[in-house]
Amino acid sequence: MSLIRKIAAVAASRFLTIYASLALLYLLLPILTVALFSFNDPIGRSNYSWASFTFDNWLTLFRDPTLVSAVGISLRIALVSTIIATTIGTLMAMALVRYQFKFRKGIDLFIFLPLATPEIVLGASLLTLFVTLRIPLGEITLILAHVMFNVSYVVVTMKARLAGFDMRLEEAAADLGATPWQTFWRVTFPLILPGIAASAVLAFGLSLDDFVITRFNAGQVQTFPVYIYLKVQKGIPPQVNAFATLFFVATVSLVAIGALLQRRRANLKP
Amino acid sequence: MGLIRRHPALVPLLLLAPGLTWLVSFYLAPNIQMFASSFWSGTLESGFSFSFSNWTNYTDALSKYQQQYARSIQYGFVATLICFAIAFPLAYFIAFKAGRARSVLLFLVVAPFFTSYLLRTIGWRTILGDDSIILGPLKAAGLVDPAARFLDTPFAVIAGIAYNFVPFMILPIYVSLEKIDRRLLEAAQDLYASSWGAFRRVTLPLAMPGIFAGSLLTFIPAIGDFINAELLGNPNTTMVGNVIQRQFLVDRDYPTAAALSFMLMVLILAGVALYGRLLGTEELTSKAI
Repeated sequence: MSLIRKIAAVAASRFLTIYASLALLYLLLPILTVALFSFNDPIGRSNYSWASFTFDNWLTLFRDPTLVSAVGISLRIALVSTIIATTIGTLMAMALVRYQFKFRKGIDLFIFLPLATPEIVLGASLLTLFVTLRIPLGEITLILAHVMFNVSYVVVTMKARLAGFDMRLEEAAADLGATPWQTFWRVTFPLILPGIAASAVLAFGLSLDDFVITRFNAGQVQTFPVYIYLKVQKGIPPQVNAFATLFFVATVSLVAIGALLQRRRANLKP
Repeated sequence: MGLIRRHPALVPLLLLAPGLTWLVSFYLAPNIQMFASSFWSGTLESGFSFSFSNWTNYTDALSKYQQQYARSIQYGFVATLICFAIAFPLAYFIAFKAGRARSVLLFLVVAPFFTSYLLRTIGWRTILGDDSIILGPLKAAGLVDPAARFLDTPFAVIAGIAYNFVPFMILPIYVSLEKIDRRLLEAAQDLYASSWGAFRRVTLPLAMPGIFAGSLLTFIPAIGDFINAELLGNPNTTMVGNVIQRQFLVDRDYPTAAALSFMLMVLILAGVALYGRLLGTEELTSKAI
């Protein structure tokens, strides 16, 4: 290889490193901004420009009862919809990965469709259904909606995890006299648990942060994102930034702990 | 249990039943209802009535809001291009150069999803603000007109959209790059391909499914978005999403709003179908995440 080519290759690789770092910075900058401004003591009502450093927002986290109730509602909806979506989504993924049946491809495509539909259409169409059937909007309609958009995500994630599953382990359990029920709970379930956990974290996060579909089907209920939206004009209190930072740190820790546990388990294996 | 043992073919059906019921009730039925609503006339107060003669809802909506449609497609297209320009080198770096840092970097890519979408977008108001860390120093140094601003311009809206959806571009491209058999690249070099030649003739073609899937997953939410246009734009940057949400939630003109959303949906499904033809549906659904 000529010298010029070598120099060009080194330059290209340096350039790639710098470019990738800048791209990551671009992804993380707004998160850092959100976290930083939870320590801002804004002048006036809008929390857009830096004034001075304070811990006050963290100490007065629960000051606005509307905000506290919005956070509570969001967590509750996220919890319920995650449990339902993860359960029914995992069952669907098992059917799609392990069984051959008529219309399997068609059903696969149908499950994919909600992911290919813009959120605004999902939200708006649900609203027309609820309005036509005169179903009052509120937490129940939000749970119905959140499960709907989360199911497809769970199925896609679980399908990828189940595809690598060694079916011989189940056969071995059956050969050793385990009933299908025992096989499921003692062999299958522990093995797919990391996948279920990953899907649940994803579903929980998507539900907690959903604004568009929620906006259409919330009625008078204020979730955390709806609260933020309604405050944009009047100025978002910095406690909102503190809550968002808290959520971020909590999920990141959860994912990190999960990864560590999985690594430890992998190391334990002979 | 006895029933299942006698009819094992029922097992997949039973596993699918709860999820399918949910999706049919809260995805399929609402879309059918929305299609029906687009042929309504009347108001929320007086009640709505259905008639096929109300197909004029479509032509009215289209002639009134064609500008917003055009803008959505345009912004979505530009944002998708920007996403690709950001995503491909980053995905390539993570797949080929990151080594052990790979899983940490991948996590950083999805990290934005773990904090509020609205707040991140509002974060851009701070970053792009008139005296922000970007514009402030440039103005102080006299490099930029003191009256110059990023906020409330189409630029800010497109940048915001690109930012919000770029992980959807990075992940599928990363997956397709990561799957490439490294021996193919070695073979190319053994056969005297330059590194650029190997990239162009081996890596790039094998990354195509990821690029296609990523573009689709970025473009779909991009053209339906209204948050960025609302928080970072001005009244002349409204997209079709802004119109739909206003018609539904403020003006309560359900028929027009339903017609607008249905057209958006058809536009996107036509795109997906085209992609499906090009790639095969299995490829598309498996590459999605």
